[in-house]
Amino acid sequence: MKIIVCVKQVPDTTEVKLDPKTGRLIRDGVPSIINPDDKNALEQALVIKDQNPGTTVTVVSMGPQQADVAMREALAMGADEAILICGREFAGSDTWATSYIIASAIKKIGDYDLILCGRQAIDGDTAQVGPQIAEQLGIPQITYVQDMRIEGGEVIATRQLEDGYTVMSAKMPVLLTAIKELNTPRYMTPQGIFEAYEKQVKIWGFADVPVDEARIGLAGSPTNVNKTFSPEPKAKGEMLEGADRNTVKSLVDKLVEKHLL
Amino acid sequence: MDFNFTPQQQLMIQLMREFAENEVKPIAAEIDETERFPRETVQKMAKYGMLGINIPKQYGGAGADTLSYVLAIEELAKVCGTTAIILSAHTSLSCAPILAYGTEQQKQKYLVPLAKGEKLGAFGLTEPNAGTDSAAQQTVAVLEGDHYVLNGSKCFITNGGQADIYIVFAMTDKAKGNKGISAFIVEKEFKGFSIGKKEHKLGIRASSTTELIFEDCIVPKENLLGEENKGFKIAMTTLDGGRIGVGAQALGIAEGAFDETIRYMKERVQFGKPLSAFQGLQWMAADMKCEIESAKLLLYRAAMVKDSGKPYSMDAAMAKLRCAETAMNVTTKCVQLHGGYGYSREYPLERMMRDAKITEIYEGTSQVQKMVITGQLFK
Repeated sequence: MKIIVCVKQVPDTTEVKLDPKTGRLIRDGVPSIINPDDKNALEQALVIKDQNPGTTVTVVSMGPQQADVAMREALAMGADEAILICGREFAGSDTWATSYIIASAIKKIGDYDLILCGRQAIDGDTAQVGPQIAEQLGIPQITYVQDMRIEGGEVIATRQLEDGYTVMSAKMPVLLTAIKELNTPRYMTPQGIFEAYEKQVKIWGFADVPVDEARIGLAGSPTNVNKTFSPEPKAKGEMLEGADRNTVKSLVDKLVEKHLL
Repeated sequence: MDFNFTPQQQLMIQLMREFAENEVKPIAAEIDETERFPRETVQKMAKYGMLGINIPKQYGGAGADTLSYVLAIEELAKVCGTTAIILSAHTSLSCAPILAYGTEQQKQKYLVPLAKGEKLGAFGLTEPNAGTDSAAQQTVAVLEGDHYVLNGSKCFITNGGQADIYIVFAMTDKAKGNKGISAFIVEKEFKGFSIGKKEHKLGIRASSTTELIFEDCIVPKENLLGEENKGFKIAMTTLDGGRIGVGAQALGIAEGAFDETIRYMKERVQFGKPLSAFQGLQWMAADMKCEIESAKLLLYRAAMVKDSGKPYSMDAAMAKLRCAETAMNVTTKCVQLHGGYGYSREYPLERMMRDAKITEIYEGTSQVQKMVITGQLFK
């Protein structure tokens, strides 16, 4: 089986700070990591590889040169191959252009049975790139996967929803997006680290990915960001204390008043 | 001169930091309190190939450099001194002498399973009457046909009772003093070998420290490590390497306590301002930082000299001496800066201070390190 895992290198913080003037993320001094949900996607690929000898896992990322370390980390966890899509022409791409570029790269890789992505990245939180890659490739997708198995040529996956879950199946090739409940990512190994640097991370530039120049970068991105800002902290909630009938009654009254009950 | 880590070393730090935070730190206080050997942590380290970091790949290791191994021990020691010494004693004192002095057959039979983490290793040199004066061995080994017969006992052996494979020293020619000592590879199942009493200690309480007892213990002749009567050199060179491991443990303990203290100084408010705003306390922090960083430079350099193939005995002694003294000094000050909380078992500081003390004692006391250093200076 051939598995492709899409990963993104993100700043290691859930409290992304914005530069109030430019509206851009402040990356200085923040260490970079593999996006947490993407690590779950990679772990799932490695679990499948452990269970099915002969499986290959290829990691694909789009990002700056510095994302090389994320590629090495993926290799050190057990991925077989890593491709970093990297070029000035790709800069400024929104999620639509990004998924177009990644899908084009995946088409070039060609042969695959399964594509695994993380649900969403902790920096942008859009959850769009994975599903859009599936659309661009014209293959089925199952998002928010908390559990999965492969039977014959089918993937049977449990999708987590806010108030329950659904079980879906799809013929391969299929794209799945992973959530953290899917598994616990393994650590790298010391040997894996040293072998990762004996391998080559393939760098695919603009010339290597078959894309229409008009559909990438800032020019190829339909998204217009009007303004980015850090929201004001919410006012402190109202605290009711006590375990008596009156307190419970006033709690219920307030919930009814807010149409929450 | 390049003070930057290689990309591999940076990932090693990231790996070991994550492992230490998630797997080691949560149980550090409990295993100290109950003196419980963390078998589950050893199994996890084995699973991830952390028990043979600087052992060549051909013998089941990761093939990493000594500094990467040092960084691994340092990260473990930041949260748990015990776990750090389990790894160090296994790698530096058990794997390393087989790698350096073993026959190819011994390497295949013993080093490969040790480096892969299928077996745990230990090192038995110290005896009740042969501590710093390690040449005063009373354990004897007599060759009888195809095997040696060992009689005697060892004490204060790290990983004792938990290890599967022991590097053991014994007199093969009593008349020759330190030129009559030989080294042996002893399996825990060997007839006549047993584990004696377990020590109850001030620090590194979850480390299993025991006696080893040899009563007509049969050791096959092929388990002689190196040449007969050349064991003292094996012991001394092995300890040179071990000192880098203990230095890393000591440095890690100091850094762990220091990091906790910096955080605490920013949070703890007295007289209306955080401790970090009092100049007298700021200066204590500055002094500690200088001490830690200078010890670190000595340690890292010793690791790099070792890998360069040059003699590193003095470098290892200086590094171990300075790191151990730093650990003791820094942890003591960190307890002080935490006040009553530092003395309480609710905080990790008192454990770190107790763990630090042993680094000034084992694998050569601080005084022995000075003997090694002056031995080189005035030779």
